[in-house]
Amino acid sequence: MLSWTDQSLKVIPYKLIEGMIVAAYAIGANFGYIYCRAEYPLAISRLTHCIHECEKYGLLGDNILNSKFNFRLKIKKGAGAFVCGEETALIASIEGKRGMPKPRPPFPAVSGLWGKPTVINNVETLSNITSIISKGAEWFASVGTEKSKGTKVFALSGKIVNTGLVEIPMGITLEEVVFNIGGGIPFNKKFKAVQIGGPSGGCLPMSVIKTQVDYESLKDVGAMMGSGGFVVMDEDTCMVDIARFFLNFIQSESCGKCVPCREGTKRMLEIIERVPVAYKEGIDKYDQLQRFKGIIGLKRLADVIRDTSLCGLGQSAPNPVLSGLQYFKDEYEEHLFDRRCRSGVCKELLTFTIDTTLCSGCGLCKRKCGTEAIIGQKGEAHYVLQDKCIKCGMCLETCRFCAINVN
Amino acid sequence: MANQTIAQYPKGDRSVLIPLLQDIQDAFGYLPEDVLTEAAAHIGMPLSSIYGVATFYNQFRLTPLGKNIIRVCRGTACHVKNSANILFGLESALNLKPGQTSRDKNFTLEVVSCIGACSIAPVICINDDYYGRITVKEIDKILKKYQPTPAKATSVKSPEVTK
Ligand SMILES: Cc1cc2nc3c(=O)[nH]c(=O)nc-3n(C[C@H](O)[C@H](O)[C@H](O)COP(=O)(O)O)c2cc1C
Ligand code: SF4
Ligand code: SF4
Ligand code: SF4
Ligand code: FES
Repeated sequence: MLSWTDQSLKVIPYKLIEGMIVAAYAIGANFGYIYCRAEYPLAISRLTHCIHECEKYGLLGDNILNSKFNFRLKIKKGAGAFVCGEETALIASIEGKRGMPKPRPPFPAVSGLWGKPTVINNVETLSNITSIISKGAEWFASVGTEKSKGTKVFALSGKIVNTGLVEIPMGITLEEVVFNIGGGIPFNKKFKAVQIGGPSGGCLPMSVIKTQVDYESLKDVGAMMGSGGFVVMDEDTCMVDIARFFLNFIQSESCGKCVPCREGTKRMLEIIERVPVAYKEGIDKYDQLQRFKGIIGLKRLADVIRDTSLCGLGQSAPNPVLSGLQYFKDEYEEHLFDRRCRSGVCKELLTFTIDTTLCSGCGLCKRKCGTEAIIGQKGEAHYVLQDKCIKCGMCLETCRFCAINVN
Repeated sequence: MANQTIAQYPKGDRSVLIPLLQDIQDAFGYLPEDVLTEAAAHIGMPLSSIYGVATFYNQFRLTPLGKNIIRVCRGTACHVKNSANILFGLESALNLKPGQTSRDKNFTLEVVSCIGACSIAPVICINDDYYGRITVKEIDKILKKYQPTPAKATSVKSPEVTK
């Protein structure tokens, strides 16, 4: 199964193919599928080419190298559904059905694709087989910690100098990954958090930056290894906004089969969406209390979702929110009580004004403003009409004279 | 064309549904109802079940798309690099919301989650061209390349709601 980090496949598909042949030989399988997102056309075309080459040299097909062992590989293109990463949903998708998870047991190893025993593994796992077989288990185990052996590939991205794929030995600290390998944060900004493990993972702050990268340690601090996504955030990233972003994602990707995930994450999203709202005249005087109560109830809601969802998507959906709440409580409180977003991301809490001394009157912002909230004569200072402004930030992006102030 | 696309697949085999739909979409740009009806008969599956599958996956479209498809990445890495602003910039430049096609059928705006180019986030993809590390200021310049006549630049008002 191919995801984000497995972009390395663009480079070394033969390692995967060999690993799959060995794995198939071990379990006596004659058919293998590589499930790859259709969004990665380059990976698909390289894989297709490599499979053809292997077939040409008799490494795939019937009676491989006179071993009487037959094995064929097929690429299945995903059709854009995150939940299809879940193993039972993946099987449903290959069978041509809606990719909805099923309760386990029966586990795929007992009854999987077409009702036959099936083994599902990550691309990284399968690619490791080749090196382990040829160099031995001791060699593989010589790298890593006591419980997490070997190496792990991460996709560094976000606010970090060196982006791209890195393979690190298990057990080095997050700090080393961010500041040594990743080269730190660009533009002298301050590190705020690193999000590990994709939408199921957590956001880890500076206070736990000395955490070792291994399965157990990451779990202890509220994140997980997951897909190997490693997104670095700096002081310009708002943690409330990140929580809202992930909940939105989960909401649109939830398959809708079970209630806790389908409805519960919707309620979580509603609670989070009420945090960054601006104060308005005539607002219900209990509004503040309600928003606060929402956050208090969030933890319980999250526990129910985690314990009762059918598949990993729902079970891990609360993680990014909970870790944010745990490590960035002060930021939530600031949004709730002071109605302020220190990173300037929650647009609703901002006021846009034009510095009349810097404005050249070019009129660019006026043309860009979608709600006609900016007025002014060409060549003269422009003004923002606050009640028309929807705080979209377009004027800020377009002004070439840095005349737009935000606070 | 429909016949050829469908005939490549074995009759009565329901498991080929997703690749079949992908091929139909490649050939027509979307999933036309009459072709789906034909496909349903070919693989022996009710049209309603095909509709169920086609609407489950984000990839499939039941309405025709524009000539140029703009896909804006809203994955995590791009979000951290302000892809929300890029999307907003495109929305206002084209006067379209995600999933809509402009009235002159020149542009379709779509949102995807991660197109696998996170290291050059924020990314947009127009047809098969990738634009990485883009800023709102560059949007007009990029869109110009795909305008049919320069005179019409960025004033495709009143969108037609499709999807
Ligand atoms: C919602 C969801 C999405 C997933 N997406 C992926 C994915 O994109 N790629 C992947 O390799 N595993 C993904 N997984 C994990 C797989 O289901 C499976 O557990 C894993 O690939 C097993 O491989 P391993 O034991 O070799 O790690 C996902 C799991 C869930 C619950
Ligand atoms: S947890 Fe969510 S994605 Fe998983 S089966 Fe339930 S509704 Fe579907
Ligand atoms: S874009 Fe900047 S300089 Fe031009 S009118 Fe607006 S605020 Fe003034
Ligand atoms: S923030 Fe948006 S709505 Fe407000 S003045 Fe600027 S461009 Fe107009
Ligand atoms: S998040 Fe945009 S390309 Fe990966």
